[in-house]
Amino acid sequence: MNNRYLQKEILRISGADVSKCMRCGKCSGTCPAYDEMEYHPHQFANMVESGDIEPLLNSQSLYKCLSCFACIDRCPRGVEPAKIVEAVRLLATRKQGANHMTANDVPAIVDEDTPQQLLVSAFRKYTK
Amino acid sequence: MQRVGVFVCWCGSNIAGTVDVEAVSEALKNEPGVVFSTNYQYMCSQAGQDMIKEAVKEHNLTGIVVCSCSPRMHEATFRKTAAAAGLNPYMVEIANIREQCSWVHKDILTGTEKAIILGKAAIAKVNLNAPLTPGESPVTKRALVIGGGIAGIQTALDIADAGFPVDIVEKKPTIGGKMAQLDKTFPTLDCAACILTPKMVDVAQNDKIRIFSYSEVTDVQGFVGNFEVTIKKNARFVKEDICTGCGACVEKCPMKKNPNEFNLGMDNRPAIYIPFAQAVPKVATIDPNACTMLKKGKCGLCSKVCTAGAIDYTQKDEYLQEKYGAIVVATGFNPISMDKFDEFAYSQSKDVITSLEFERLTNAAGPSAGKLIRPSDGKHPHTIVFVQCVGSRCDACAQKGKEYCSKICCMYTAKHAMLTRDKYPDTEVYVFYIDVRTPGKNFDEFYRRAVEEYGVKYIKGMVGKVTPEGDKLKVQASDLIANKQLHIDADLVVLAAAIEPDKSARPLATMLTASMDTNDFFTEAHPKLKPVESPTAGVFLSGACQGPKDIPETVSQAGAAASKVIGLLCKDKLTGNPCVANSNELMCNGCSACANVCPYGAISYEDKEFRMPDRTTKVRRVASVNPAVCQGCGACTVTCPSGAMDLKGFANLQIMAEVDAICK
Repeated sequence: MNNRYLQKEILRISGADVSKCMRCGKCSGTCPAYDEMEYHPHQFANMVESGDIEPLLNSQSLYKCLSCFACIDRCPRGVEPAKIVEAVRLLATRKQGANHMTANDVPAIVDEDTPQQLLVSAFRKYTK
Repeated sequence: MQRVGVFVCWCGSNIAGTVDVEAVSEALKNEPGVVFSTNYQYMCSQAGQDMIKEAVKEHNLTGIVVCSCSPRMHEATFRKTAAAAGLNPYMVEIANIREQCSWVHKDILTGTEKAIILGKAAIAKVNLNAPLTPGESPVTKRALVIGGGIAGIQTALDIADAGFPVDIVEKKPTIGGKMAQLDKTFPTLDCAACILTPKMVDVAQNDKIRIFSYSEVTDVQGFVGNFEVTIKKNARFVKEDICTGCGACVEKCPMKKNPNEFNLGMDNRPAIYIPFAQAVPKVATIDPNACTMLKKGKCGLCSKVCTAGAIDYTQKDEYLQEKYGAIVVATGFNPISMDKFDEFAYSQSKDVITSLEFERLTNAAGPSAGKLIRPSDGKHPHTIVFVQCVGSRCDACAQKGKEYCSKICCMYTAKHAMLTRDKYPDTEVYVFYIDVRTPGKNFDEFYRRAVEEYGVKYIKGMVGKVTPEGDKLKVQASDLIANKQLHIDADLVVLAAAIEPDKSARPLATMLTASMDTNDFFTEAHPKLKPVESPTAGVFLSGACQGPKDIPETVSQAGAAASKVIGLLCKDKLTGNPCVANSNELMCNGCSACANVCPYGAISYEDKEFRMPDRTTKVRRVASVNPAVCQGCGACTVTCPSGAMDLKGFANLQIMAEVDAICK
């Protein structure tokens, strides 16, 4: 699967340069949400580089990223994996017509483990 | 008017492929001054050169234009040809119709048009050429080596071996450099001290070599063959020629708690110290920041116990002026600071150490007498994690480390891991790597041995963070092959810190007018064909000051630098470059603008008497150029506001004629 259009969109939104990645895995070594994620930070960078976007769009990993930016801070190559995750998350949540939740749904799903980022992102979608 | 011959080269198909050489030689026939024009397959071949020589005789040529490759390639060749034909070699001009024309153009029409224009420019210039004769300068038959590590030591020994005197300037109290701090050396695992200290003794005993330890170069004047160098001998408060190195003062000194630089601060040394047992020169040095006698005028114990009477609290820094024919830079490297890598908890835990510190911890002469212990509690570590590429291969915009690969870390980490498993088989050893880079004789075999015979666990991935917890170090890392995140409770974490040039290198480069790259490594004159020469004539490079290097590579480069120095010092006289600046005294107004921009200090001023039109004399201050120092860079010619300064062989008139010919 190779989706050049989505790949371009993700790179445009995130401003990240995935070609700089030297596959050291420091992002995944540093990630506090690693075990929760199906796809790990280094895989986000690599899969976006190869255009393998669909599995990322459909993965719960998008909402497990805490946006703590540790990977951005520690990446020796300046690849900024958290920004890539954020860009993919934006593509998923802002998809036209895809209403993921209403305000009424919030009390039922929110618990202390839910990152605020998730809620904010979920509301930041198009509702038309 | 000159009688110019034009010789257009095909360079096989290199030029002829995109330039119609026949059309070029035909078009240039009618240029002013041209009496002969031809083309040939390989002008630089013997047959081509003979063709030029014959044409000079037959047509009485006074100038030659060769339309060929870059003058960097064959200008010297064609100048020799001209000289053999009885012409002044500086009556040759090269039109570069290969690099600047055929290689960059695809279309034969445009290529040919440009070649003709370049040829016309060269003809316009050669019409204004005048014969030039290079000057000569003598050579001081002594070399200076800056830095006394293995690079400097090897270079000095090789130069001295050829019979030339050499001085080594070393800023530390002893020579030996980084290699003296190492335990074993890869890939053969011989002990570093065992192979280095005999060389240090050779240096000390060689009557051709002088060592200026605890000294620095503070000024460099002059030029190739004739450098004048100021060496600052820092006051060590011990008379070097009297001290016997017995160590009585070191034992008696009451100020014992000063971080020991040689052991990277992992233990203490007294205020008066000898860095290590095999130091050369084996002379004590007083640290003025630690000594109470020097700070408060009280104590004086060392002076009382010194039977030789070598202690001198009144010693002052001393400045020496020395002359040299050649200078070798061997300033070496240092590991970078770990300050910006706080994720590895280097500043939080004593048990997170750099590889050089590990080297001292395993060294029999180190702070733990060679026993591998945790610096925090002295216990034996059972789990050790090695992290590679700490600060190496970082992106420039990350601004934490260095962009380059430090080259030596893969091998020394394999060595550390292997030696640990060999000596302490109960220890678990993990190495986190991005790539294992082992190009070198027996290097990859060495690394594989660490894995296959010694059971070192190599994990493809990087450590993300280290958290000290109790007496453990919680290491969180990724295993990219298994696609897992690992959590290891380690007792010791060893960081393979990137290496960088010594901080003294940049000011030194300024003094030597030697160029550096953005990482402060010295630049070589040609990356492949002149690897040990700096672009500045008479300055040579040895060891890690030019780029990261292991010991075998450093030693071979040191020998190469020495052979270049010997080649220079063998000569009695050096032929200069005649294309130097000269000032028209009648136009010079003595403003000093040229002297201010001259990077070589070649311009001085003198008061000269001039006869005025009314028959009176007037004294005026005018510039004069020392042709032996001038490198012909032309900075003064463009700075001179009155147009008095001009460059021989590249006069303003000649350049303008070229521009006119191109624009015609």
